[in-house]
Amino acid sequence: MKLDAKIPSGPIEQAWDKARFDMKLVNPANKRKHTVLVIGSGLAGASAAASMGELGYNVRCFCFQDSPRRAHSIAAQGGINAAKNYQNDGDSIYRLFYDTVKGGDFRSREANVYRLAQNSLNIIDQCVAQGVPFAREYGGALTNRSFGGAQVSRTFYARGQTGQQLLLGAYQALERQVQAGTVTMFPRTEMLDLIVIDGQARGIVTRNLVTGELNVHIGDAVVLASGGYGNVYYLSTNAKGSNVTASWRAHKRGALFANPCFTQIHPTCIPVSGDYQSKLTLMSESLRNDGRIWVPKQKGDKRRPDQIPADERDYYLERRYPSFGNLVPRDVASRNAKHVCDEGRGVGETGLGVYLDFSDAIQRLGEHVIRERYGNLFDMYQRITDEDPYKVPMRIYPAIHYTMGGLWVDYYLQSTIPGLFVAGEANFSDHGANRLGASALMQGLSDGYFIIPYTVGNYIATSKLDKVDDSHPAVQQVVSEVQQGITSLLSIKGKRTVDSFHRELGKIMWDECGMSRTAQGLEKAIGQIRQLREEFWQNVTVPGSGDDLNQSLEKAGRVADFLELGELMCIDARDRNESCGGHFREESQTADGEAQRDDENYSYVAAWGYTGPDSAPALSKEPLEFKYVYRSQRSYK
Amino acid sequence: MSTSAVAVSKHRAPGFWQSTNGKKIVMAVTGCILILFIIGHLLGNLLIYAGPARYNAYAAFLHFDDTLLWIIRSVLIVSVVLHIEAAAQLWLRNKRARPVNYSRKEAIRSSYASRTMYWSGPIVLAFVIFHLLEFTGGFIHPGSRFIAGDVYHNVVAGFSVWWISAWYIFSLCLLGLHLRHGLWSMLQSFGIPHSRAREVVLKRLALWIAVVLIAGYISIPISVLTGLVK
Amino acid sequence: MKLTLKIWRQKNRDEKGRFFTYPVENVNPEMSMLECLDVLNESLIERGEEPVAFEHDCREGICGSCGFMINGVAHGPQSATTACQLTMRHFKDGQELTIEPWRAAAFPLIKDLVVDRRALDRIIQAGGYISVSTGNAPDGNNIPVGKDIADRAMDAAACIGCGACVAACPNASAALFTGAKISHLGILPQGKPEQDRRALSMVAQMNTEPFGSCTNIGECTAACPKEIPLEVIATMNRDYRGATCRKRDDLVQVVAPVTGWSSSSKS
Repeated sequence: MKLDAKIPSGPIEQAWDKARFDMKLVNPANKRKHTVLVIGSGLAGASAAASMGELGYNVRCFCFQDSPRRAHSIAAQGGINAAKNYQNDGDSIYRLFYDTVKGGDFRSREANVYRLAQNSLNIIDQCVAQGVPFAREYGGALTNRSFGGAQVSRTFYARGQTGQQLLLGAYQALERQVQAGTVTMFPRTEMLDLIVIDGQARGIVTRNLVTGELNVHIGDAVVLASGGYGNVYYLSTNAKGSNVTASWRAHKRGALFANPCFTQIHPTCIPVSGDYQSKLTLMSESLRNDGRIWVPKQKGDKRRPDQIPADERDYYLERRYPSFGNLVPRDVASRNAKHVCDEGRGVGETGLGVYLDFSDAIQRLGEHVIRERYGNLFDMYQRITDEDPYKVPMRIYPAIHYTMGGLWVDYYLQSTIPGLFVAGEANFSDHGANRLGASALMQGLSDGYFIIPYTVGNYIATSKLDKVDDSHPAVQQVVSEVQQGITSLLSIKGKRTVDSFHRELGKIMWDECGMSRTAQGLEKAIGQIRQLREEFWQNVTVPGSGDDLNQSLEKAGRVADFLELGELMCIDARDRNESCGGHFREESQTADGEAQRDDENYSYVAAWGYTGPDSAPALSKEPLEFKYVYRSQRSYK
Repeated sequence: MSTSAVAVSKHRAPGFWQSTNGKKIVMAVTGCILILFIIGHLLGNLLIYAGPARYNAYAAFLHFDDTLLWIIRSVLIVSVVLHIEAAAQLWLRNKRARPVNYSRKEAIRSSYASRTMYWSGPIVLAFVIFHLLEFTGGFIHPGSRFIAGDVYHNVVAGFSVWWISAWYIFSLCLLGLHLRHGLWSMLQSFGIPHSRAREVVLKRLALWIAVVLIAGYISIPISVLTGLVK
Repeated sequence: MKLTLKIWRQKNRDEKGRFFTYPVENVNPEMSMLECLDVLNESLIERGEEPVAFEHDCREGICGSCGFMINGVAHGPQSATTACQLTMRHFKDGQELTIEPWRAAAFPLIKDLVVDRRALDRIIQAGGYISVSTGNAPDGNNIPVGKDIADRAMDAAACIGCGACVAACPNASAALFTGAKISHLGILPQGKPEQDRRALSMVAQMNTEPFGSCTNIGECTAACPKEIPLEVIATMNRDYRGATCRKRDDLVQVVAPVTGWSSSSKS
């Protein structure tokens, strides 16, 4: 398939202005006659639904949680970037753009990223006006911190709960529209399929999670803002409910899935403590500003950390990357942690962990300073591990955190299915192969507040949308397929629980498609996943019925999709025989073990098309051009 | 249209008295009036230690203008009625707010006083009625004759009966409990926000005010019983 | 360690519920309360029984999905901790834990430990926002907000909407929840223009829902995993009182509580 990203011609600084000017507008009086379906109520979904409600569209917003405020955007801790240059340290739109493209290891689309940097300014203004209690200076001005190794202070934050506060801002804007009658909210409702009629996305089929009813919602456009798919690894920092189902079912209806193997592994998470573990907890990246990372020099050293003298400790990040030290980007820090643990030098009972030590910082600055900076994080660590990080070094280990891949979208955030728009983490567009810290919140809100409302309007104004109702044969077809899927899950009545399949899939993915990947391992994983999927459809057991609240059934449907997605991720990872960003292929590394990009052969977006349950996915390539950012090998030495 | 979201049917908003917040504000204001009365009443009654003449003169002073007296009494009666009416309505509403009870429920921070308002209140009410019947009306006056105008005699004679004193002391302690939470609660309900640190100080202050008031009141029957006041 | 879980099971709102007692062996002290339920559920499913339904999502104490009573305390014995972050080391080997759902008329039961908390959404809907549409915001630094003001707003804004305050209140009052939002927005200069209307509308909606009244006893703030201070309730009452006195004749409207979930498929 030929992919047209529809990037506006002309200088990048004016691209978005030009695009907006060229867009057709919907007559204000007609807007309420157009229904827009928004799936997901996180930063992207809630902001898009609220903004389109404000414009006057008839919006329906769906979330599987009991309230839109629960979406997993709420768990983001660190902050949100904006090129405000309030700190007068030389930041600019162009610098944020440049940093993001470089941080993404040159696998993102320049024009999209530039627009993201432009919108970052408006996002902060919008959020402040909504009452987000950002941290302030004594004089009343907004304050910033530097984050994730950036050389300028451009991160705005609200304690360690920035995501929560931004989401509540969007949620409140959404609830205001619910009150105004422009948005109808459907909580505890899961999208199970996309309805495509005459090549256009025209509706969705949902399941009411309380009553089990299947419902059809017809609309003029569908906005998917259903988040990322990190839960394919079972253990991740994602919420337990985060899933790929909405995106995956849209993919099976014709939307291409781009760069599925680009996942981000966050270096500072609390290590796994046992096989009952259900999820991983992130400790903010900001901890690396003052903590020093080390492991014992000796293999299998089981002494207590305070009994290991300084010269028997290996501060491996400081040793290998003298100029960035403990502040190297996430992918580099994660890979090195895995490396030392693979050598048998990991700490903790499982051997999968490294120390993040604050004793030097406490000595230098005093405990009160550390408490002021990280008190809430230390408390959380102590709550979970029962260890006092003021006295004993924290143990951390990398964990799956974010997925840069997602449904392919053009500059207008429209997928390959006309009328299906994808926003936030669910799309692939802005972060390339690695996302910088504090950029996810920015992208979600940029898409939702400032892009989707325009581009969806343009689509509605320029498309011929015939009247469709529930009785349309295509609608009935989709409903019966969804019904069939549910019935078959319930009727297998095998021996294994859904979670046991999910755990096994996660293990395969983590081992072979995690922090470092090889063609051989991926090949093996593909075979294993296929087998596992086969077993799933013969041997899974889903208790209960389909006509009431049945959490096992919900999980089963999601894991079924993960079992398909996992294979695609491995195929994509196998296909991309280069190392870039979070994707590290052992075959492609420099002499000293750093990631080696191959721009000649892989400077493209890999967009995969679904061709059927048993046939290989079809690859389409969108070549990436870099006119503004000079391509270089990333180095943090 | 789906009904799984929210209803579009709009209602008129509950007014001030219909809202729980409004009722609590009424309770705070009436409670404040009653506390002022309790303080004034104590200050007057402590004159008993100054001897019969001054005590009886004080009692007579209260009656120097019957119209004014009845205006004050009306304010107090209205306050009591509103306070009780609001409390009763809220009590009913609160029962309905949790139709199925917990099989097990622990109180973690609330004070004993605050959890017992709904029964310390009625007992105090019963006590007030008893008190009025005994010392204002003179209808209950076991063990001696009620002499209108000789308040000193009435008090000493009344408290000489041990069980009356006991009943007074018991009820006054409950009043103390009621005040201890009520004084603090009044500020909250009326809407005078305090930081967490100040909250602790104010709660302690409320406790001490309640203790001092009740100690003052209780001292009278005890003094009578121990023969300090004859 | 071994634990006995006495869990409230109820198929749906209309059927009667009762306690079931489940022994759970191999409880690791590092497990969270929810992971302990996971382990129980896995064994139930393997035995062909229906697992215990409970609400959960982020499992890091911020989304507000989880929560139930553990031995009579909302979110369990550890202060400032949600059920998902409560580790089993806080219990003794062989202990019996009584687990039951939030109980309040305003939170109708859906299944087992899952309750319907849409009443809280409706309170926000009534006015828990600043009416600024996308695009019409001035520069972020145009309105200076002192650090102390921002910090106090943040204290109130930390609410995760889990409903523990309602569950812990002997009267099932939502005063702490409502007060938190009124305080968060009312303290900030951006929220001042709507302060009166917000207080009137949100209090009106709170009173339309079958919540009880606040008796200022403080069980809510003790149970609150984010330690929202009682001060927010006084702030709500102050704003409500002031707004009532200043009330202009614009009509405050509320929506009727909805407790049903069924939906017809008409679009």
